[in-house]
Amino acid sequence: MRVTMTVNGVECTRDVEPRTLLVYFLREHLGLTGTHVGCDTSSCGACTVLMNGKAVKSCTVLAVQAEGAHITTVEGLARNGELHPIQQAFWDEHGLQCGFCTPGMMLAAVDLLQRNPNPTDEEIRHALEGNLCRCTGYQHIVNAVKAAARAMGAAVGATAGGE
Amino acid sequence: MAVTQVFGARVRRREDPRLIRGTATYTDDVVLPGLCYAAFVRSPHAHARIQRVDTARARQAPGVLGVFTAQDLEGKVNSIPCGWQVPNCDLKTPPHPPLAKDKVRFVGDPVAVVVAETRAQAYDAAGLVEVDYEVLPAVVDMEQALHSATLVHEDVPENRVLLWSVKGGDFEAAAREPGVRVVRQRLVNQRLIPNAMEPRAAVAQYNPGTGELTLWLTTQNPHIVRVILSGVLSFPEHKLRVVAPEVGGGFGSKIPVYAEEAVIAHLATRLQRPVKWAETRRENYLATIHGRDHITDAEMAVRPDGTVVGVRVRTLANFGAYLSTAAPAIPTILYGLILSGPYRIPNIDCEVTGVFTNTTPTDAYRGAGRPEATYVLERMMDVAARELGMDPAEIRRRNLIPKDQFPYTVATGITYDSGDYARALDRALEILDYPKARSEQAAARQQGRYLGIGLSTYVEICGAGPSKVVGSTGFSGGLWESAVVRFSPTGKVTVFTGTSPHGQGEETTFAQIVSQELGVPLDDVEVLHGDTDSILMGWGTYGSRTTPVGGTAVYLAAQKVKEKARRIAAHQLEVSADDLVFEAGRFHVRGAPDRGMTIQEVALQAYLAWNLPEGMEPGLEGQANWDPSNFVFPFGTHACVVEVDPDTGQVKILRYVAVDDCGRVINPLIVDGQVHGGIVQGVAQALWEFARYDEHGNLLTASMADYAVPKAAWFPRFECERTETPTPVNPLGVKGVGETGTIAATPCVVNAVMDALSPFGIRHLDMPLWPEKIWRAIQQARGGGA
Ligand code: FES
Ligand code: FES
Repeated sequence: MRVTMTVNGVECTRDVEPRTLLVYFLREHLGLTGTHVGCDTSSCGACTVLMNGKAVKSCTVLAVQAEGAHITTVEGLARNGELHPIQQAFWDEHGLQCGFCTPGMMLAAVDLLQRNPNPTDEEIRHALEGNLCRCTGYQHIVNAVKAAARAMGAAVGATAGGE
Repeated sequence: MAVTQVFGARVRRREDPRLIRGTATYTDDVVLPGLCYAAFVRSPHAHARIQRVDTARARQAPGVLGVFTAQDLEGKVNSIPCGWQVPNCDLKTPPHPPLAKDKVRFVGDPVAVVVAETRAQAYDAAGLVEVDYEVLPAVVDMEQALHSATLVHEDVPENRVLLWSVKGGDFEAAAREPGVRVVRQRLVNQRLIPNAMEPRAAVAQYNPGTGELTLWLTTQNPHIVRVILSGVLSFPEHKLRVVAPEVGGGFGSKIPVYAEEAVIAHLATRLQRPVKWAETRRENYLATIHGRDHITDAEMAVRPDGTVVGVRVRTLANFGAYLSTAAPAIPTILYGLILSGPYRIPNIDCEVTGVFTNTTPTDAYRGAGRPEATYVLERMMDVAARELGMDPAEIRRRNLIPKDQFPYTVATGITYDSGDYARALDRALEILDYPKARSEQAAARQQGRYLGIGLSTYVEICGAGPSKVVGSTGFSGGLWESAVVRFSPTGKVTVFTGTSPHGQGEETTFAQIVSQELGVPLDDVEVLHGDTDSILMGWGTYGSRTTPVGGTAVYLAAQKVKEKARRIAAHQLEVSADDLVFEAGRFHVRGAPDRGMTIQEVALQAYLAWNLPEGMEPGLEGQANWDPSNFVFPFGTHACVVEVDPDTGQVKILRYVAVDDCGRVINPLIVDGQVHGGIVQGVAQALWEFARYDEHGNLLTASMADYAVPKAAWFPRFECERTETPTPVNPLGVKGVGETGTIAATPCVVNAVMDALSPFGIRHLDMPLWPEKIWRAIQQARGGGA
């Protein structure tokens, strides 16, 4: 089956088996291996991407269901080589260890910050309930999301102030 | 040299940019021309005789390149060996065929392997392999296994893997001392599943032109894999390359050399095509090692004043169906030898019986033996305190080894390096504000709320270790570590380490060591690891050994570089080497700071070799192999406050305080991260995680939907602090920190919950402390049955 979608701003068309999952479409057809597969029960969130701006677990979406959609993966977070605030914050706050959960974790956090630009610890912890991390114990991830919220808030403030 | 700000600084990790940009390469990301995919056919039965394997239909499925069974591997892939043959315990080492032959011994035991052009085709065809089984009764329960007519391995009577003991002093005599009371408790340390977020994977490529076989693998120790696989495959070691690319966590589960890895490596040579295998999470639950799984009858002999005079344990340890690589060491030396904990206990008597069952093999899981020992000891401290009517903090303080008695040799024969155990305990109590916490607890009880306070005072043995010592315990290798520190002509530095970090951050930590010692900018240091082609030898990352052992090797290699550089600088500056001062990366003549050269200038001269001291070889690098004289012993105290809801049995952690001492700290940010991660895994054992089997040997928790991997929302913010007691064992003064949290947290939380339940007269409940279990116990205590 032929499927077309826009991934990280680039339109891609590929022939796939109808059963191909979005995560394998990204990893194996497009070579975007930053999106990971950590489970087979939609539990871990390592495969989280943004689909039309909303976080989805790409292991639960068929590639053909994403026909015409806009997908953002971890590879698409940075702009012109410049890290997205969430990436910067994960780095600054030591929000990752082995890094396997990190792409999904960051995209879930981006989704949260779009809905709630100034989340509390508790709101962050709840929003990340679909994303498992076995390494960090989550505390530095929470710190990272808060730092990103501050940075993004400041950026918005700066833009607003400049207008 | 004066300590610069590099050592001890919260430096951001240099491994992160590739990880946060999604450009890191994990094993399953490796793509090669002509790559094909493997899928294993696994036993659905815990114990069965294989009557017939019919691969005909699978062979004809689209895209299939081959289907292989035990017969096909005969003489090509040998039995998977055990790498830690603990002596004097009558260890049984039955063969472990790479694909099950005649019999399957656990659900998930691989029976056949299919290789096809695509991943999906491989799985499709695996489903077409027909296996006829004669189902046999399964032994699942350890105590039954010892008396069962059913044998997991026909040549292992009573399913007994080993009988190991360690004794110091005379427990019996101590228990008979007038006034001494012996408290007893049976303690179950349940089976856990490591759950590294990256499942296992392997990619193998054979080059018939060079005869080289390369294996990319999710491993914590590529050199050990290379040594073992060269034997298993009868493949010359120098033609075998093992690469650990980015590895997504291990927690011990990626130490063993697994059957699947040997099979994939073999298939690449056989098919002359690169082969990839990536396990599903379900396979990870079934076929990657599990951890813990002990049943212990513990006794503690205490005087009325709370002085502990003896500990006796009788432990059953579940090995599962086969001996995994390091399995025999885990419930023996890594468990029994540490049963004195941080206390002066003159009489210790430990006997461990290892048992085969029809379950997934067990091996090292974060902490590996030490959490089990600490759990026994710390629970018994609380049980004893309650029987004596003593405060749990007081009974601990009374028994701690005083700081002026190090090095201290415990009754089990090992010698602790350094410590100030009371200080960590005091600090934890201070942060918690213990008296206030107790009065709040009392006040809450007035209002019908059940708060509990838990303590855990621990010492860990890590940083393995002296090779001579581990050799005498049956390890079939050494546990020293190698490092090369190499300048390039332009003054940049590459470090090669034999350790194999996979999340612990040593690319950063080791760069800090080099930056400090050689005065070069952090960004000019690259740290490489995980490739047997570029690293001469190494024993890997586990057991909190990477920084104390591998980091010390890096430090010593840097000293050698510095010494050679000093001689070159002295020669070129025409002074004696002793007249040079090395400061901030530059040698200068004592008293004449203008006359000098930077170490980068020296590096260039070393490579140009136009003007070197007579007889000196060109180039600037240092190589060191460090074999420590002893283990290192981190320690600390964790304390927490929980609330139990008596109507639901739910436990909520209100506060969690950790005071750890891992010696000198190179990077506090990384150390904090290690502690947090450890605490979460330790708490999760206390409250949620449990790998549960039914009586037929089916794993009931074989998915992330059924097994409680902890989530962010289940924890409060941890309050972490440190004391710093350097170890004299290595020149850096560093201990290890990868496992402390896991070791301390489990008994800390269980003790807190039992404290909360004490008004009901509940003395002990086994983990995990699921709400239902607590609720039932409360109902029973209230006389409501349930
Ligand atoms: S891979 Fe685990 S949720 Fe998608
Ligand atoms: S950083 Fe390893 S799983 Fe999250």
